Amino acid sequence: MDNQATYNYKVVRQFAVMTVIWGIVGMLVGVIIAAQLVWPELNLHEFLGYGRLRPLHTNAVIFAFGGCALFATSYYVVQRTCHTPLFAPGLAGFTFWGWQLVIVLAAVTLPLGMTSGKEYAELEWPIDILITLVWVSYAVVFFGTIMKRKVPHIYVANWFYGGFILTVALLHLVNSCEIPVSLTKSYSCYPGVQDAMIQWWYGHNAVGFFLTAGFLGMMYYFVPKQAERPVYSYRLSVVHFWALIFTYMWAGPHHLHYTALPDWAQSVGMIFSLILLAPSWGGMINGIMTMSGAWHKLRDDPILKFLITSLSFYGMSTFEGPMMSIKTVNALSHYTDWTVGHVHSGALGWVAMISIGCIYYLIPRLFGKAQMHSVKLITAHFWIATIGVVLYIAAMWIAGVMQGLMWRATNPDGTLTYAFVESVKSTYPFWTIRLLGGLMFLGGMLLMAWNVFKTIAGGKAYDAPVLAPAGHHA
Amino acid sequence: MSDFVSGFWSAYVALITLVSIVGCGVFLWFQGKARATAAATGTVETMGHVWDETLEEYNNPLPRWWSWLFYITVFFALGYLAVYPGLGAYQGAFGWSSKGQYDGEMKQAEAQYAPIFAKFAQQEVKAVAADPEARKMGERLFLTYCAQCHGSDARGAKGFPNLADKDWQWGGEPEQIKTSILEGRQGVMPPHAHLGAETVKDLAHFVRSLSPDKLAHDSARAARGKEAFATVGCAGCHGPDAKGMAAVGSPNLTDSTWLYGSSEATIIETIGKGRSNKMPAHKEFLGEAKVHLLAAYVYGLSQGGTEKK
Repeated sequence: MDNQATYNYKVVRQFAVMTVIWGIVGMLVGVIIAAQLVWPELNLHEFLGYGRLRPLHTNAVIFAFGGCALFATSYYVVQRTCHTPLFAPGLAGFTFWGWQLVIVLAAVTLPLGMTSGKEYAELEWPIDILITLVWVSYAVVFFGTIMKRKVPHIYVANWFYGGFILTVALLHLVNSCEIPVSLTKSYSCYPGVQDAMIQWWYGHNAVGFFLTAGFLGMMYYFVPKQAERPVYSYRLSVVHFWALIFTYMWAGPHHLHYTALPDWAQSVGMIFSLILLAPSWGGMINGIMTMSGAWHKLRDDPILKFLITSLSFYGMSTFEGPMMSIKTVNALSHYTDWTVGHVHSGALGWVAMISIGCIYYLIPRLFGKAQMHSVKLITAHFWIATIGVVLYIAAMWIAGVMQGLMWRATNPDGTLTYAFVESVKSTYPFWTIRLLGGLMFLGGMLLMAWNVFKTIAGGKAYDAPVLAPAGHHA
Repeated sequence: MSDFVSGFWSAYVALITLVSIVGCGVFLWFQGKARATAAATGTVETMGHVWDETLEEYNNPLPRWWSWLFYITVFFALGYLAVYPGLGAYQGAFGWSSKGQYDGEMKQAEAQYAPIFAKFAQQEVKAVAADPEARKMGERLFLTYCAQCHGSDARGAKGFPNLADKDWQWGGEPEQIKTSILEGRQGVMPPHAHLGAETVKDLAHFVRSLSPDKLAHDSARAARGKEAFATVGCAGCHGPDAKGMAAVGSPNLTDSTWLYGSSEATIIETIGKGRSNKMPAHKEFLGEAKVHLLAAYVYGLSQGGTEKK
């Protein structure tokens, strides 16, 4: 009878489909605010002004798009690598509907101007409580499934997913400590520079765990699966896993260089950011080296193209990050569009591209099909997205370095050579190129939506039977 | 420098930091000692576990170049902490601090640039305003420090006075302009809602009637407003002729300049709710010499400006 049991794919399907939908919504808002920078008159109404839509964009792409991708893939991976259906399927269903409610509430409250004012943690306290409930349920489902696994060893992807789930719970609880003054307004528990430090401890680890560890979990399942090759090095995965989760915790102060934060804390943030380089690259190496012996597959498998390109962008942005954390470099890069470019080489190049690859892998399997409706369309999506990312980050690099140099240029009498507004004026061409890059990336997502729709329309929901574990130590 | 309430916390933080960095290196060293298991056969074996039909892991050692990269960052970190602040209250061998760097740069700038500004500080504002080089320097200062409120062209915005015309709320003589920048100004129009909505409206019509721009108004209301103006206290600040007083910064109500707007609704709001405005003081921030140049630049703007009367 046990062989008749099937994996719980329902919640994976739900999250996988919503990943595509929220991706389009979040990136559309990104394109709108990019256009507002080029044409400020597009700030049509206070609800739709740049200042309200920008947090909506970041929340939508990180927590709606990225979050749904993480839920979908982690639920899929943990079942299959534990050889058992999800623990507490009712609770798993709750995490889906609860998370969608969080997203909808964010989409309503942020344009209305309700915000706690903390970057990437803008949502007000009632929503914070809902997030906590959903997240605890997520942890129960995930770790419950690990507990009832049918194999002795926990697969590496699950370490990363588990680390991500535990740490995000800790980050959210500590940083969202706030005192409500009304249903829609609260103030942080922490005063002054301590609030700033906790905010960026949260902020940087949101990058480190939500946008890195979780997605490395994806990488460790979908890259070897799609390449049909073993993971390059078990030992490397052990070392870089522990080093990564340990050092990320220290790196937050590099967001506060040359501020009221004490010098010693800034220094500690900087050196741990540098130490973070090797652990980050460990993940990239392990992913890319897994391709050895299978490089030829890259030629005609667009899903692998997405996965491997995302790892390249991951390697690039995790090199760039430690460099930008050096105080001297940061003195030039901070507050410029270089930071925006850096974030997007991670967010579009790494997070979005690996998610897209994984969703293309999942959709046919969740709907009883051998492959996506159109493989050619995936290839088209890959190229349009890659060119879009490259345009975006190249424009922001140039703009950022230019801004940094303009802001520090002085005349022989010590006065500034350029008024701030002149640096704004000089940035317009690059903002236009960035808008073009963003539009291309969004265009790729629309191709994906069509492809997903046709695949689902041509198939029907399918739950794969639970597999018996292979004999170990063969 | 002393961000710690006691020596204990300094030592506690320093110890945790050191142990963490050294711990990374030690962890790497122990893990790096493991060799590939199947060196004898020349092929790398997997770890022997299989998940989900096909997932396996090779038992490859850590890439050597990667281990070196890791070690280099660890050693760099230790070296950095020896020379820069980072271990609790220890200041580092270089004695560097961000405050020290700032002070040093400011001192250097002072030595380098002060003579340039000192040359003009000794001259009369009017003479400085006539000097093309000084005007250029003044303009650059203005674009850095003043343009945010008064605009790049100094023509102001709602609530922020136009500095390029000849109308002056606090006086347009060089010394008055200089005082406005050095000490700042506090403009307060007290709220008058207690007079009742009708009287406020009458006053608004009277004020509109004073404008040379022939603003539409109800003459009966304006007449009642004129009486109220003299009796309820308006004249105390704006003067019996409503031409304002530079000494208290009360605006002239008989010209075409409107700081907040001339519509009936805006004037009613100004009278009923009052206005509070502030020009911040720049004495400590910029110093006398730079303000001298700025005053000259602003004075020069008004000399070229068009009279609005």
